[in-house]
Amino acid sequence: MTHDSSINTDGELNNSSNESEQNWRRYFSFSTDHKVIGVQYMAMTFMFFLIGGLLAMIIRAELLTPEANVVDRPLYNGLFTMHGTIMIFLWIIPFNAGLANYLVPLMIGARDMAFPLLNAIAFWILPPAGLLLLSSFLLPNGTAQSGWWSYPPISLQVPPGYINGEFIWIVSLILIGISSIMGAINFLTTIFWMRAPGMTFFRMPVFVWSVMSAQLLQLINLPALTGALILLLFDLSLGTQFFKPLENGDPVIYQHLFWFYSHPAVYIMALPAFGIFAEVLPAFARNPLFGYRSVALATLGIALVSIFVWVHHMFTSATPNWMRMTFMVTSMLVAVPTGVKAFAWTATIWRSKLHLETPMLFAMGGATMFIFGGITGVMLAATPFDIHVNNTYFVVGHFHYVVFNTITMAIFAAIYFWFPKITGRMYSEGWGKLHFWLTFIPANITFFSMHPLGLQGMLRRISSYDPQYQGWNIIASLGAFLLGASTLPFIANIVGSWLYGPRAVNNPWHATGLEWITSSPPPRDNFEEIPIVKRPPYDYGDPKYSVLENSNNRD
Amino acid sequence: MFTFLEYILIAFYVAGLLIVSRWIGQQAFSWMPVQATAEAQRVDDLFSFLVSIGAFILLGLVGVIVYAIIFHRARQKDYSEGHSVRGDARIELLWTAVPTLLVLWIAFKGFSIYQQLNILGLQQIVHLHTPVESPAYATVANKPQPATETIDVFVKQWEWSFRYPNNLTSKELHLPVNRSTRLNLHAQDVIHGFYVSAFRLKQDIIPNRNIDIVLTPIRSGKYRLKDSQFSGTYFALMEADVYVEPLDTYNQWLTQTTANEPTQTKDWVVAESIQAHKTFFNSGWQTFIPASPAIAKERKVSNDT
Ligand code: HEM
Ligand SMILES: [Cu+2]
Ligand SMILES: [Cu+2]
Repeated sequence: MTHDSSINTDGELNNSSNESEQNWRRYFSFSTDHKVIGVQYMAMTFMFFLIGGLLAMIIRAELLTPEANVVDRPLYNGLFTMHGTIMIFLWIIPFNAGLANYLVPLMIGARDMAFPLLNAIAFWILPPAGLLLLSSFLLPNGTAQSGWWSYPPISLQVPPGYINGEFIWIVSLILIGISSIMGAINFLTTIFWMRAPGMTFFRMPVFVWSVMSAQLLQLINLPALTGALILLLFDLSLGTQFFKPLENGDPVIYQHLFWFYSHPAVYIMALPAFGIFAEVLPAFARNPLFGYRSVALATLGIALVSIFVWVHHMFTSATPNWMRMTFMVTSMLVAVPTGVKAFAWTATIWRSKLHLETPMLFAMGGATMFIFGGITGVMLAATPFDIHVNNTYFVVGHFHYVVFNTITMAIFAAIYFWFPKITGRMYSEGWGKLHFWLTFIPANITFFSMHPLGLQGMLRRISSYDPQYQGWNIIASLGAFLLGASTLPFIANIVGSWLYGPRAVNNPWHATGLEWITSSPPPRDNFEEIPIVKRPPYDYGDPKYSVLENSNNRD
Repeated sequence: MFTFLEYILIAFYVAGLLIVSRWIGQQAFSWMPVQATAEAQRVDDLFSFLVSIGAFILLGLVGVIVYAIIFHRARQKDYSEGHSVRGDARIELLWTAVPTLLVLWIAFKGFSIYQQLNILGLQQIVHLHTPVESPAYATVANKPQPATETIDVFVKQWEWSFRYPNNLTSKELHLPVNRSTRLNLHAQDVIHGFYVSAFRLKQDIIPNRNIDIVLTPIRSGKYRLKDSQFSGTYFALMEADVYVEPLDTYNQWLTQTTANEPTQTKDWVVAESIQAHKTFFNSGWQTFIPASPAIAKERKVSNDT
């Protein structure tokens, strides 16, 4: 928005940003500062995003032609397994943890997280776990090859040898799960007990509501997955028979345990994205968030309903009729609180004064594409239709509209929006917009194409396909390569601006929220003095945030 | 909130949306594969209905957003408020009530179409040990629709085979047209999935479970059966031919094809696992190969495991 930020007369501000520059090494050290940990999370997960994206490009290269001619079939199976696993467990979920780490204490007016040491430990579990997972590419028989959900008995069919890709996969997922549970305890404690005076629940930004709801899900549902993985590990290495159908185990129980976590995981990923929309849209529309209370409550509502919908992933898995019908209804009910959010975003934009800067472009693009992904989601909840498209590219198209076109777009919105706060520098608007268009258009090309493929019956996880499917596959692949290229202007912008960008003021967007009243970047303890909150959030009708002269407001 | 003129414009907008979304809903039929079963017709009706509602909501909201982008842009450096309206209880109530009703409508429609499918046959596929089996849904399972034939489907890594009532075993699935046929699905190693896109139906096949699916083909022709549940290295090659034909052609085929038809002319899985890899990049990763690698050359195992 305003890049007239070089006028910087504030001595204190200069001090703190110089200090931070001298201390860039702290990002590579064991720090207990939630801001450092947040940046560590975000930088590390972005590396995994690049790796996961690279694997996706190879998958799409294979799918350019009907025959299997780029990679052999075991490797193809390893590629989609690792792509899915990395994108979910090492990109979106931990990125959200990093962003929340950075923002939550600032947004609620706290000096740090409740348990700073636990926070650092939770983070430092991840790099070894991620490297362990990647190391399985070097094993003689390669990585796990049974998909990111690792259904038994296929996941138990591994070539002989004690250490195999599946073993490594399970161990690293258990480690990542432990890290997430530590994080959840920390976030919930922080949000419940560390709020600044006057920061009531209904004065909390929606982003904080969404972190709270998502972390509640981590705490309630993650143990189911961890338990399932431990049993799977026993089946794999110790000869137990929990999930082996030919030895009276039950593989469907695994599916229940798995989806009991992994459906809510969708919201663990998506709710923070919705929270980002709720911060960015009002700031660039200059309107209060329409229906703040209902949006906040809808956040919690989505989380609670989503605990009771997991069977919609198992409509074809020998699921009895009563279960199919019950879970059809509960799944569809999620559309109500979700709809409330989408309507509230739209109403916030309505009759506004729109500023289409890069964060706003990503937020509006992401919110719009979420409407599409949400609609196909309701379709999938309709059991008879799901029975046709389940495990086809329709599903792959649907969830990429959510995980990429919505959540990853929201993440980009967040990076641009809080970049000045985090680094004390402005990014380049031109490069940002280029990045947006290079992402938005190819993302639609890539993932829209998957819907007609799925309707026509192209199954997911196949390494070769019938020639009739080639047309849309070529389009999807070309879109995907462009999408891969779109990360280059982003990286150039972020790295270049962090080093050489113009200095940012405290509140370049004239936004509300406590994080904007402290310096950019914030001092070690976040605030010179803990603020006392007297206003509702999203106070965009207030002249304080309406006038340009206040861009550097520090009251 | 709105002026009279605005209400009229909004009414026109909604009316236009209704027409357009209904038209899109009609197009939806052509996005689907041919309707080869009675079940496919029901599923496509549901799909068309879902597409209409989806298009209405998507175009409605996107229209508002595009309108705002065109007409509500701020002037450069104007950071004054757009408006300071924080909410409106009536609107919020409306947009909670409308999706709730829509969702209930969709759920009701989904339920009634599901009842007409009878895909799981006459018996419940899973016998629950708990008393949860609510009588309200008993009708779904017990809707009588006698299947005239029962064919056993055997599936293992990576091949399909079918046993007909006269004990003929073949690698082709033949079905009489316009009759309900019950398929008895048996997996011998891992979970597989029965899926013919022109039939719309899909059902996972879980080892050691007795799973039925009933379908009624209504259109003669040749279709492809595919494995819909990832089942290992050669998963993509797990296909079989399905022939839907008039009853007498079907009976003719049954009698003329001698039991244990000769070995397949082509078997891609075997071909690929024997031949050298032809891919650009070869990982050299060993994978699980079922006990007898030349599975496809063997006589069918016709007993359930
Ligand atoms: C960068 C752009 C991306 C492209 C081009 C892409 C492409 C693909 C493709 C082609 C598949 C299908 C593999 C198959 O079923 O055979 C796939 C699967 C998957 N993708 Fe992505 N993807 C992208 C980003 C993401 C992101 C951001 C996520 C975040 C969660 C994600 C999560 C998944 C998951 C969970 C699967 C399923 C893997 C499985 O079937 O086991 N993808 N992706
Ligand atoms: Cu789900
Ligand atoms: Cu299979």
